[in-house]
Amino acid sequence: MQATSTNHSWRKIKSTLASALAFTSAVLVIAPLGLVFFHLLKSGASSVNWDFFTHLPAPVGAIGGGMANAIVGSFELLGLAAIIGVPIGVLGGVYLAEYGSARANAMLRFVADVLNGVPSIIWGIVVYGLVVLRFKGFSAYAGGLALGLMMVPLIMRTTEEVLLLVPNGYREAALALGITRWKTIVHIVMKTASKGIITGILLALARVAGETAPLLFTAFGNRFWNHSLHEPIAALPLQIFSYAISPYDDWHRQAWAGALVLVITIFFINMLVRFLTRGRMVSVT
Amino acid sequence: MSILANGDTAALMAGPVAARMKPPSRFGDKAFEWLTLAMAMAVVALVFLVGWQLARGSSLAIQKFGFHFLTTSTWDPVAEQFGALPFVYGTVVSSLIGLIIAVPLSIATAVYLTELAPLWIRQPLVSLIEMLAAIPSVILGLWGIFVMIPWLRDYPFPLFKKLFGWTPLFRGPIYGVSMLAGGIIIAIMILPIITSVSREILRSVPNLQREAAYALGATRWEVTRIAVLSYAKKGLFGAVILGLGRALGETMAVTMVIGNTPQIAASLFAPGYTLASVIANEFTEATTDIYLQSLFEIGLVLFGITILANLVAQLLLKTMGTKMATRAVQ
Repeated sequence: MQATSTNHSWRKIKSTLASALAFTSAVLVIAPLGLVFFHLLKSGASSVNWDFFTHLPAPVGAIGGGMANAIVGSFELLGLAAIIGVPIGVLGGVYLAEYGSARANAMLRFVADVLNGVPSIIWGIVVYGLVVLRFKGFSAYAGGLALGLMMVPLIMRTTEEVLLLVPNGYREAALALGITRWKTIVHIVMKTASKGIITGILLALARVAGETAPLLFTAFGNRFWNHSLHEPIAALPLQIFSYAISPYDDWHRQAWAGALVLVITIFFINMLVRFLTRGRMVSVT
Repeated sequence: MSILANGDTAALMAGPVAARMKPPSRFGDKAFEWLTLAMAMAVVALVFLVGWQLARGSSLAIQKFGFHFLTTSTWDPVAEQFGALPFVYGTVVSSLIGLIIAVPLSIATAVYLTELAPLWIRQPLVSLIEMLAAIPSVILGLWGIFVMIPWLRDYPFPLFKKLFGWTPLFRGPIYGVSMLAGGIIIAIMILPIITSVSREILRSVPNLQREAAYALGATRWEVTRIAVLSYAKKGLFGAVILGLGRALGETMAVTMVIGNTPQIAASLFAPGYTLASVIANEFTEATTDIYLQSLFEIGLVLFGITILANLVAQLLLKTMGTKMATRAVQ
């Protein structure tokens, strides 16, 4: 009797220990987020000022200057990426949700998920080979293409997922009224799920907004304003990278400021998405 | 649905008025279906396009160096001798360090999130993990250079050296930038994805499993170990391989802290170099054709192993019947 009761309490202790370990792990997983954010605020906040948003980078050696061109460049690149990634991703997602045999679609889904795991640096050198070498120059187009291609599998899978949430009754009702299938899909199904589709697009944009590796050999970066999409263009992550590995203290300071602005932008998009969806992706009334 | 969609049948059934109406054109339907099919096939085309471009870009290097490319360790752009072994070694070792740190932490966190945590804490914790996933690699690298490296150099590394200096792993001078620092950064990068995929898998374990174990008088930990973890073994393995796929291709943060020295050193304090970071660092400096070709070949090797890792991971996850949690955290 004695033996079983000690055994029992030992088991209980073990259970408590395991719980404590799991809790500690959770704290450790969150810790880097807190640490990074703390240091971003500490080292970056003081350098985020009006000049930062309105000025070009200062010449080497001079103090001051900003990242105006990189901020605008990032948005231009995201725009180009969306032009490429959104139509392919959304329409591909429509196919997966509305057409095709179960087996073929499972295969396509599988390929999309595998494609999603391709390292971003690979996209950089592939677009370099396809575009930069061919047209003999780094350009905003090349950078936008690299980011756009990365977005395709992301958008495709989220679009499919939200379209599948639209009740079948909606499709049946529309078809019963004699509306053709493609109009049913575009005007009824996609419209019902539009919030979810937009959410997927925003998440994909937030994901590629912080990418540096695909831009190194495509957009290349630029210390001045970009006057044509055929020319190299600055981007916030690229600028942060080149400043971070530079030997100048003032550039390090700017790198922290740029990083703070980039992280806040990305978190803002994520918050916006959470606000948009609040529980459901499809506006079924 | 298909009967109703068929304009002819509808017209026949609708009587004289409808019969006079022209059946709706099927052209729009067909065109739309083909258009969406073409877009969906884009993912397949992209995989081939990437493979083709990498193979084309590296054909000369493949011809010149053959299999020796992967087994020799001279990387000398001036003499035009290229061997990728130090990079393969660096990628494998840094990814392994990353996994050794990240896997126990992530799975324990997933267990905490699904089995142990009070309900009110779960959603906020998941949101925080998603935020960690959203931090760009380059920013983690910035933090790595200016905060993590100096700290590691001053406190933990000397301690490791004192405690484990008798093993070859923790010997030699401490620079800060090192294979170990690269591994730690990789661990931070892959924590969120392994955690959220594992969580999704643990959630898919039927509650009956847990109830049965509780009914036998098991403690909370015993329920988790016997009924949940062993049931989800395969899926968790899939989550780990998925994390490995990410670890192998991690570029910016690793490049910024690993030291970028093509060498094979036993000590984890020594700087290293990975496949992804050599591309990031040297691609724009590649002045000769064969240099560029060799970097493309490194890209091909990296593409091959990450595709393989992702294939295995997706197959393992599929068998668990989870609704692909991979998108929860990208």
